[in-house]
Amino acid sequence: MSDYDRNLPGHDRDFARAIPIAQLLHLDVWLLLPVLLVICGGLFVLYSASDGSTATLMRQLRNFAIASVAMAVAAQISVDQYRRWAPALYLVGLALLVAVVFFGVGAKGAQRWLSLGFIRFQPSELMKLAMPLMVAWWYTKYGVPPRPIPLLGSLCLVLLPAACIVIQPDLGTSLLVAASGLFVVFIAGISVWYLLAAVGLVSISAWPAWMYLLKDYQRQRILTLFDPESDRLGAGWNIIQSKTAIGSGGWSGKGWLQGTQSHLDFLPESQTDFIIAVLAEEFGLRGVLILLLGYALIVARGFWIGFTAQTTFARLVASSITMTFFVYIFVNIGMVAGVLPVVGVPLPLVSFGGTSIVTLMLGFGVLMAISTEKKMITQ
Amino acid sequence: MFVARDVLRDIYREAAINRQRVVVAAVIVVVALVLLGYRYYDLQIVDYQQFLTQSERNRVRLEAIPPTRGLIVDRAGRLLANNEPTHALAVVIERVEDEAALFEQLKSLITISEDDLERFSDRRRRRRPYDPVPLKLQLTDEEMAVIGVHRHHLPGVTLEARLTRSYPYGGLLSHVLGYVGRINEREASTIDPENYRGTLHLGKVGLERRYEDELHGLVGSQNIEANAHGRVLRVLERQAPRDGDQLTLYLDLELQRVAAEALGDQRGAVVALDPRDGGILALYSNPGFDPNLFVNGISQSDYAGLRDSPDTPLLNRTVQGQYPPGSTIKPMLGLAGLELNLVEPDTAIPDPGWYTLPGDSRRYRDWILRIRGRGHADEVDLKMAIAQSCDVYYYDLARRMGIDAIAEALAPFGLGEKTQIDITSEQQGILPSTAWKRSRMGQPWYPGETLSVGIGQGYMLATPVQLAQAVMVVANRGTSFRPALVRQVGETTVAPVPRPAVVADESHWAAVIAGMMDVVHHERGTAASIAKGLSYTIAGKTGTSQVIGIAQDDVYDEEEIAERHRNHGWFVAFAPVDEPRIVVVVLAENGGGSSAAYPVARRVLDAWMEDLSDV
Repeated sequence: MSDYDRNLPGHDRDFARAIPIAQLLHLDVWLLLPVLLVICGGLFVLYSASDGSTATLMRQLRNFAIASVAMAVAAQISVDQYRRWAPALYLVGLALLVAVVFFGVGAKGAQRWLSLGFIRFQPSELMKLAMPLMVAWWYTKYGVPPRPIPLLGSLCLVLLPAACIVIQPDLGTSLLVAASGLFVVFIAGISVWYLLAAVGLVSISAWPAWMYLLKDYQRQRILTLFDPESDRLGAGWNIIQSKTAIGSGGWSGKGWLQGTQSHLDFLPESQTDFIIAVLAEEFGLRGVLILLLGYALIVARGFWIGFTAQTTFARLVASSITMTFFVYIFVNIGMVAGVLPVVGVPLPLVSFGGTSIVTLMLGFGVLMAISTEKKMITQ
Repeated sequence: MFVARDVLRDIYREAAINRQRVVVAAVIVVVALVLLGYRYYDLQIVDYQQFLTQSERNRVRLEAIPPTRGLIVDRAGRLLANNEPTHALAVVIERVEDEAALFEQLKSLITISEDDLERFSDRRRRRRPYDPVPLKLQLTDEEMAVIGVHRHHLPGVTLEARLTRSYPYGGLLSHVLGYVGRINEREASTIDPENYRGTLHLGKVGLERRYEDELHGLVGSQNIEANAHGRVLRVLERQAPRDGDQLTLYLDLELQRVAAEALGDQRGAVVALDPRDGGILALYSNPGFDPNLFVNGISQSDYAGLRDSPDTPLLNRTVQGQYPPGSTIKPMLGLAGLELNLVEPDTAIPDPGWYTLPGDSRRYRDWILRIRGRGHADEVDLKMAIAQSCDVYYYDLARRMGIDAIAEALAPFGLGEKTQIDITSEQQGILPSTAWKRSRMGQPWYPGETLSVGIGQGYMLATPVQLAQAVMVVANRGTSFRPALVRQVGETTVAPVPRPAVVADESHWAAVIAGMMDVVHHERGTAASIAKGLSYTIAGKTGTSQVIGIAQDDVYDEEEIAERHRNHGWFVAFAPVDEPRIVVVVLAENGGGSSAAYPVARRVLDAWMEDLSDV
């Protein structure tokens, strides 16, 4: 038994016993609790967003069940194993991404899926995990803080898969995958001067990218972001309706299942990307703040795990996963509120969808592997 | 590689760098969370009211409920103009993402004509974007089913049940009822847009137009909750429309039918009215047309056919057709002669079969001359002049009266001015006078023209309904009412409107009416052939009016004259003579003469007197 246990006030024996069991299963309770909190709250919102469809709810529960198993399995693997397998995982992911470019199957004008006959999946999801592992492996190998040549190497590691995803085309995912790698570079301690230079470079290259790289619909998305009223019935419709949904919720909301915007189909994609608008409409700012608090707890725990991890690899991976998780939250919540372009990022743990949940929970599994290993070492 | 692993590693420095960066990241996250929170605060607290209003506007919309158009029934309550339920396909523009694609999709499911699309784009300009705009009216059951099946991927498409006007008797009543048609651009600017928000149709002619306000009613409204696809989920608040009033007519459907059957293929008109209140019992103009064609937009070819037909089926001959009244004015003129003391009932003048003006060799011939080679008798008095329609008598009378006295005498009977019957497009005819000719033609009046007017020819024109009104004056011996089709609007009875009485000596009325009785009941009366088997008395007057001028010595030959140049035949009558219950006017256009008209009148009179009249 640890000192921590004995110092618990009240000597609650049941609770005191819970921790070693969790530890034995390599589960991090302080990460798990807010995650479950958000998931449970999210199910209520999803139930409403799907117009009370029990079928949707059951499918989402099934998704969570599969994802939880994945998380639990991921938590059992030692950090060292992750480090050793990182290059292989990355290469497989990259190969699959290249395969998507040539053999992918499409939906809505984009080729994102790879069909293996019996199952279809998105290699970009795999890359969301493989990327931070790989870059962390890189800096574990070449040292922290990054020096110029390894830095360039790591940038190549980041850009290669990102480029494959961009041409699918899936700008949003591409940016998020790249971000998960870049966060490792950041945590690794990249010089502030490099950072500033990079920001400058991106700003300068933004113009040609706007002109030649972006597709029409992507440009349209960004344009309507700045002036949604310009195209009320076209591209601006989604943003106007989601802002209306959020705004009309007020402080306390219209009540569960009472949201008119979502239930009368004014709100687009209400079960997936725009689900926070349903929450905001029905539970008000109150509900939004509680959700943000839940996310904040998860992020805080993630950073704590990264902060206290024993090895550089573990710190880099844990911090990057946490930051990437937050970026999902920020991009989605900001996009629905009309401050960021609509890029098609689901709200973590709340939006309906199988693949994204499994990836997220796998990420948490890795975090738990790191956190529990650290504790075992402490013991 | 670049650096050998483990050689230069300082794990404490690495941890310190990492941890410092994690702290920076955490700070960034906190700032970002605060920004997000602020954004939601801004939307949900600061702009709450604005968005709440917006979401209410999304959810709830005010929809017009068109009133049900009033029915039109005949005197016995038989339905003459009905509303039948039909379904229309409507589109809510606001909900349609790609209009062109939607139309293509709809076209692949049901037939949508270019006409429909054109009207749609006309109509949508006057509607608000969240109002359903009708695209195709009167869907068939099959089309309904097809749209129903595909509706879930036709966002913005709705099916609307509405009532459409129908006229079960078609052409029989086309000129009485008129028809409704879709509101066109010109009309749209004249109607009250609020009251007509849910209405597609408007009375175009006939009773439908004349009583448009009464038939239409007042629009209602409802607040409805609808989803983004335009589907109505529930009604929140409803203000019922005030439906249009039912019109009850004086008209008797059976009598109208008799009139139509009696006229048969003969172009012409039949007007029957009750002299006791001016109520129109039958108003038939032949040929008619099917008013149902017009309700939802008549096709170009159908319309061209009606418009360009030489039989002018769109012309309502009863009120729009202007014809020389011919000898039918003789009773009125005779009465004027008596009142002016120019003749006495027993004054007789010689009748050689023609008449000449003093100092002029031109012969004004009597119609009898062509048939018998001489006049009606050696001497002719008023009674015989009416009964046998002696022209010479009236040439003489007219000359002695002068044109202005004639105009003055006939004006109180309503000739030369609209009767103001409650129907559209009425014409006023012509009652010529010196003043009229000077203002109209800038010419002086010639004495010979007076003689033509004396037998209802020349410039003189009258509509059948004007003559019916004039005959009503005679039948009632002075009193009369404005001819009216509508007896009751909703529950309110429309009071008959009396006209100024024509005052004349009772014996003068008696003398004129006696002459009219002889028209039928005297063996030498011009309509004596309909007297056979009569169970009641008829006072009548025949008339034959020339379509083209016949040169002085030309002999009129029916056979040689093109059908459309043949004379019009008239017969005006009332019955029974003592207590008149019905006035009938029959016009047989190019019928050759009155013999084409009086058998028709007899059948109408028989039907009314023997079967239909309730009093």
